[in-house]
Amino acid sequence: MKWDFTSVFANTDALLAGAAGTLRIFAICLVLGLSLGLVVGLGRYARTWWFYLPATAFVEFFRNTPVLVQILWFYFALPMLLPFEISPLMAASLGISLNSAAFSAEIYRAGIQSIDRGQWDGARALGMRWAQAMRRIVLPQAIKRMLPALTNRAIEIFKMTTLASAVAYVELLQQGKLIASLNYNPIEAYTAVAVIFLVFLWPLVQFTYVLERRLKRDE
Amino acid sequence: MSLLRVTGLTKRFGTNEVLRSIDLEVRQGERIAILGASGSGKSSLLRCLNFMELPTAGVIELDGQPLGRERRPGERIYRESELTQVRQRIGMVFQQFNLFPHMTAVGNVMEGLRTVRRMPKPAARIRAEAELKRVGLGDKADAYPAHLSGGQKQRVAIARALAMDPEMLLFDEPTSALDPELVGEVLGVIRNLADEGRTMLLVTHELGFAYHVATRVIFLADGTIHESGTPDEVLKNPRQERTRAFLASHKQYSL
Ligand SMILES: Nc1ncnc2c1ncn2[C@@H]1O[C@H](COP(=O)(O)OP(=O)(O)OP(=O)(O)O)[C@@H](O)[C@H]1O
Ligand SMILES: [Mg+2]
Repeated sequence: MKWDFTSVFANTDALLAGAAGTLRIFAICLVLGLSLGLVVGLGRYARTWWFYLPATAFVEFFRNTPVLVQILWFYFALPMLLPFEISPLMAASLGISLNSAAFSAEIYRAGIQSIDRGQWDGARALGMRWAQAMRRIVLPQAIKRMLPALTNRAIEIFKMTTLASAVAYVELLQQGKLIASLNYNPIEAYTAVAVIFLVFLWPLVQFTYVLERRLKRDE
Repeated sequence: MSLLRVTGLTKRFGTNEVLRSIDLEVRQGERIAILGASGSGKSSLLRCLNFMELPTAGVIELDGQPLGRERRPGERIYRESELTQVRQRIGMVFQQFNLFPHMTAVGNVMEGLRTVRRMPKPAARIRAEAELKRVGLGDKADAYPAHLSGGQKQRVAIARALAMDPEMLLFDEPTSALDPELVGEVLGVIRNLADEGRTMLLVTHELGFAYHVATRVIFLADGTIHESGTPDEVLKNPRQERTRAFLASHKQYSL
């Protein structure tokens, strides 16, 4: 057989719309996932039960259920329990963000725990409250150590966005599927999608290598 | 009047009782050296005084004010805001310095003023630079801790504590982590503070320094004050057998 990308190029518009959709849901899930993850991670680190227990339940629940199931549940089941509609973007963002929050929470917790007890001592001896010591002294150092792991999380989130195609959200894979079925060219269509992902992700992955090297050098 | 009065201070970690009903009074301007073998509870005592560890039992009074309130007989509870207040009034310097590595020297010294005192940045900077100058590091303001020697780091840590205008300073083996040639510069700074008449408690193995600088020496053993008195009494003519044995094992630190 011969490769023929003409029908892919003819659908550049559709692919661009898909790329825009992918970037949009990626941005939403990155911000929501990593910031909610910080809150949950603080809860996992906290010693007060009313913070620790819900955070732990959250992490366990979302780590032990597949994202795809969560997305489908938010899209098909949740609207039956709520008095309003849920769009594909909302359902997919919820599933991916909550799942990412659960995984990044563990990154945050481990990062915070890796900070020497002496840093807490130094901060508290000045009269800082727990939250002040966390915000000013512990987190800035912990985040730096966590940066490679958080960037890896970002890469995972980027790939997970393809699951949004399960609820027909317009993103790259969804558009690839569409092009493939309209033009009977699955090889070219899915190859094009894979290449576009590679172009987006390759620099991100390189960035994690740089981060890891720099961190090793600094420590 | 005494600045700090400790009555019946007891600290347990699980079933391990590391401080047993300690009574201690610290008057304004006193400099108390605390000696004792490893594990005798020296650090625990200092850490209870500024509530880095909560006492299991006992009462600590600062300026005549008992801290915390009694919930049940023998058990006190403390409010977080009360403890952060106390820690501002009682500064602490650690064996491992505990400088904040992501901040410059002057950033470290400003941190308490900025975050805790909410002082505007320019004023905090001026104050912090003055404190660095006092410990002889006026030219190191913008250096990060990683680029400072151990002795310089400990002097920054002292400046950081001083910036909060503490009424009393706690030193926990401030020179134990230093190379021998760097000990002198840190002891020099502490001696200057002594000459200023500051109130301080100093855990140290530097017997000579304790002898010359302290107004009182306390020997801790098994979580109790085993012997206490003037430097001459405790270091030259100890009455207790265990004090003598301890001093004999520290002969390398001559008076
Ligand atoms: N956070 C803690 N949890 C449990 N046990 C502790 C804790 N801190 C101290 N201890 C125990 O309390 C005892 C006294 O420790 P402390 O650090 O007060 O002794 P120290 O006199 O300062 O010893 P060193 O000279 O080694 O510094 C030790 O047996 C130690 O293991
Ligand atoms: Mg100690």
